[in-house]
Amino acid sequence: MSIRERLSGNEAIAFAMKQINPDVVAAFPITPSTEIPQYFSQYVADGQVDTEFVPVESEHSAISACVGSQAAGARTMTATSSCGLALMHEILYIAASNRLPITIAAINRALSGPININADHSDTMGSRDSGWIQIYSENNQEAYDNFIQALKIVEHKDVQLPAMVCQDGFITSHAVENIELIEDAKVKEFVGEYNPECYLLNEKQPMSVGPYDTPSYYLEHKRQQAEGMKNAKIVALEVAKEFEKISGRKYGLFEAYKLEDAEAAIVIINSTAGTAKDAVDKMRNEGKKVGLLKIRLFRPFPAEEIAEALKHVKVLAAMDKTESFSSQGGPLGAEIKAALYHEEKSPKIVNYIYGLGGRDVKVEDISSVYEDLYEILATGVTGETYRYLSVRNQEGK
Amino acid sequence: MTNKINIDETISWQQITPGGNVCASGNSEDFHTGDWRTIKPVFIADKCNQCLLCAPVCPDMAIPVKDGKRGDFIYEYCKGCGICAKVCPVKAIEMKADN
Ligand code: SF4
Ligand code: SF4
Repeated sequence: MSIRERLSGNEAIAFAMKQINPDVVAAFPITPSTEIPQYFSQYVADGQVDTEFVPVESEHSAISACVGSQAAGARTMTATSSCGLALMHEILYIAASNRLPITIAAINRALSGPININADHSDTMGSRDSGWIQIYSENNQEAYDNFIQALKIVEHKDVQLPAMVCQDGFITSHAVENIELIEDAKVKEFVGEYNPECYLLNEKQPMSVGPYDTPSYYLEHKRQQAEGMKNAKIVALEVAKEFEKISGRKYGLFEAYKLEDAEAAIVIINSTAGTAKDAVDKMRNEGKKVGLLKIRLFRPFPAEEIAEALKHVKVLAAMDKTESFSSQGGPLGAEIKAALYHEEKSPKIVNYIYGLGGRDVKVEDISSVYEDLYEILATGVTGETYRYLSVRNQEGK
Repeated sequence: MTNKINIDETISWQQITPGGNVCASGNSEDFHTGDWRTIKPVFIADKCNQCLLCAPVCPDMAIPVKDGKRGDFIYEYCKGCGICAKVCPVKAIEMKADN
């Protein structure tokens, strides 16, 4: 029997970590992810886990300690947010290219500046090309489920890449919601033991990690790394199937919500998907054929599957909770446009920047996006494709 | 991958070790540092008194020592740094342009 609880997103992650009982957790506190190592260090102090907890002096050190311990052969994880993830940036690439399956609980928060501690996706979107798998979560339940699944994806022999499991700071990291937890024994059995083929502490097989790579070999290493990322998509689906058996909950590469017959749709990431589903339900009640696609895997980006799910839609809004300053839109917008480029009858696509720095996004805000889409549908004129949602504007609207 | 595999410039991306990991030990002798030398030391055996000051200062393994005596340079490992020539008290090593 699963366990019914009420937990915040941070508590849910800390609880998943406790159930996984990793060999090493190295972490440095930063709002809003601080509670994860805080709760977890309590488990350590109470002897509820066997984990070596390494309190370090910065996030650069946290991820460096993770690289060292994972290379040594230890199952390793950490948590961070915002500038903490930015400070890890250099080492993120090293973890990925050394094929070290570390797991980060990334609690999304805006990057400075101006200084801001609230949710947007500028932090993890800033590391989207670092070679880490990125899995996004709408609520505490998904954060918990994704975190447990991530472990099985990253450690798979065909993948061997690190992952960040993302959720929105405060909105889900601190909001307490109902959650269904899986029994300890089932989680332990699901994640199994970490048995890497090569590891530094193996006295029978000496090894060197992270040697200098000359131009004659670097390209081959990157190509091989890209293959691991490609494989992650297939492995994620296999793991989801297995996970369904122990949890009863279904996961795919993304979630399609009332999308099948939709003529107007949005593509969105993390907690605002919940708000958007309300908007969809309301408009469906008014007879409007609207739907949404919620990203789960952003890295690797399941472009073919997403294109297949969206190609029948007439008009589409990609919703970016981050800027890319390309003057064209955000990273999700770019991916969605690229994914649909090869479709003969690609939908008209606009790209909204929304909710930066934790700006509240209400059901009406999302409804206004669908209304904009219907206007495009009615007039046939797409207009400006790079838009800001609910930004105060001198001209009025 | 646990076994020593030979990696040279013909290796494909499918066969290369992940992250350049080297799952073997004692393989520095497979790494030839002599490729990028511009000058090379020349051993003048007649002048050498076998004091063996040169062998330990070589940053690689280009000066072989056997039975208490040094032999000629193994150029595969010689990067042409000239430290050996500097240290030789009797000028038995001469640095020359290497084309
Ligand atoms: S030139 Fe440098 S590398 Fe070559 S043999 Fe002398 S000390 Fe060694
Ligand atoms: S330092 Fe000069 S003299 Fe001494 S062993 Fe080397 S080459 Fe011979």
